[in-house]
Amino acid sequence: MADRFISIEGIARRYPSPAGATTVFEDLWLAMRRGEFVCVIGHSGCGKTTVLNILAGLDRPSEGSVIVDGQAIEGPSLDRAVIFQSHALLPWRSVIGNVAYAVSSRWRKWSASQVRAHAQRFIDLVGLAGAEHKRPAELSGGMKQRVGIARALAIEPKIMLMDEPFSALDALTRGTLQDEVRRICLETGQTAFMITHDVDEAIYLADRIVLMTNGPDAKLAEIVENPLPKSRARAEIHRHPLYYAVRNHIIDFLVTRSKSFAEEIAAKGFDPRNVAVVRPGIIESAADAEHPARLAGVSRL
Amino acid sequence: MTASLTLRAAIVSIALFVAFLLAWHIGTAGTGAVADMDPEYAKLMGATATQGKSAMPGPLEVGAKLLEHLRQPFYDKGPNDKGVGIQLAYSIARVGIGYLLAVAVAVPIGFLIGMSPLMSRALDPFIQVLKPISPLAWMPLALYTIKDSSLSAIFVIFICSLWPMMINTAFGVAAVRREWLDVARTLEVGVLRRAFTIILPAAAPTILTGMRISIGIAWLVIVAAEMLVGGTGIGYFVWNEWNNLSITNVITAIVVIGLVGMALDQILARLTRLVTFPE
Repeated sequence: MADRFISIEGIARRYPSPAGATTVFEDLWLAMRRGEFVCVIGHSGCGKTTVLNILAGLDRPSEGSVIVDGQAIEGPSLDRAVIFQSHALLPWRSVIGNVAYAVSSRWRKWSASQVRAHAQRFIDLVGLAGAEHKRPAELSGGMKQRVGIARALAIEPKIMLMDEPFSALDALTRGTLQDEVRRICLETGQTAFMITHDVDEAIYLADRIVLMTNGPDAKLAEIVENPLPKSRARAEIHRHPLYYAVRNHIIDFLVTRSKSFAEEIAAKGFDPRNVAVVRPGIIESAADAEHPARLAGVSRL
Repeated sequence: MTASLTLRAAIVSIALFVAFLLAWHIGTAGTGAVADMDPEYAKLMGATATQGKSAMPGPLEVGAKLLEHLRQPFYDKGPNDKGVGIQLAYSIARVGIGYLLAVAVAVPIGFLIGMSPLMSRALDPFIQVLKPISPLAWMPLALYTIKDSSLSAIFVIFICSLWPMMINTAFGVAAVRREWLDVARTLEVGVLRRAFTIILPAAAPTILTGMRISIGIAWLVIVAAEMLVGGTGIGYFVWNEWNNLSITNVITAIVVIGLVGMALDQILARLTRLVTFPE
């Protein structure tokens, strides 16, 4: 891949345990392009959140490193904004206070009115105009997460890191916020890395979907290239001829292959630096004859 | 038709108070002439012997005394006869100075303990040993080293206010939610700004709770401390009136001490409400 805007290079995370050390994951490689939307799917305990925290700089890998825009990650940075699952708003600050806190952290020399105007722009962007002076406690779950998104976007980061941002929301609110995030990312060309449990969410938002096997010793098993067009609409997405091919492929992975992946690779080998890229539903070459049942096109990077 | 809970509670409170006053009044009322006595002898014996009057003053006498003090709280007729207002002012000033000094020491140390697991472990044994010492046990040492009774009283207030505030501050700081600290980290907020904009507001309710406990203890201790050091203050006033055998004044002082203590507590409660945030 020519453009390695983000490059995860052989990271591992181990925790000390009575039996020596437990490896959550090791030798994990992944590259992301600028402006790309990547979703990670895997069962709980596979280390997805740890990967995200390492990308955020909140956690350190036991081995390996992550390079963002030519620089190795040394710690948290304003270039990488995090949208927390629990929204993590400061309850003693108003909506605009929360966003302004981030803005004034980014641009320390700005005047109060400058900070305010900038914060207001992003509050308007996420559709919270009119609620600026409310406290987080007065907001619904969806509105809180909107504030979290506004706070993350307001610092104009190079990447947005999202840890199951919508999992605590009801289905309707989740749908609206997915639309918003998609619109904003497309408009601003934002690079995004998101963890999710929701297969439909991943298919709707992501350009590529990363599948991880169960932990401990989790592996980045496969990268699914989303075959749906970039200009997809929520209302029609499930009618796309390739939609169910992608969906079934991911669900098959979650239900069976995420557990039995070790046996699968024992048979055909596994190179963590060049994991299989799959375009479900698209048959590319004769090499796919290996997996005719899955109707999946497997190619090497 | 049910009146509001507040109103009903107030009615019960008043009823209980009236019942208490009534019982007090009846309990301390005279039983009438108890024996025929020579008038000259009766004068010597006083009302307790002749009228069967209780040695305890009744509510009316205490009420009259309270009014008298309220009408003239700040008179000063020499070291042994000062108005209750002056005595209270001395006590409140001592508590205020000792307490504020304690805030200035306890909150920063509490922050340090809360933020650094190393300091937390290192200081823990000292706190555990010093905390249970009765503040009055410091009095002789304070008198010996400071050589000033009034300053010694302030020192005793300082030492007794210290621990609840320090422990609560440390607890509040250590219990700041991980996610708020992560927000500060991802925003590259510096140590000092983090302490003032994240940790302080997050821990403020807990810190204020500690301050409220401390002011209560300080007000308890000042009375005892002033009984020891003497000279001025409401504690000295109580002891002085005991020596004067003026039980009316002693009871009046007890009432006043209670009211001031309540007021101090309410002030801190208001402040706590001010910094508490809904989640």
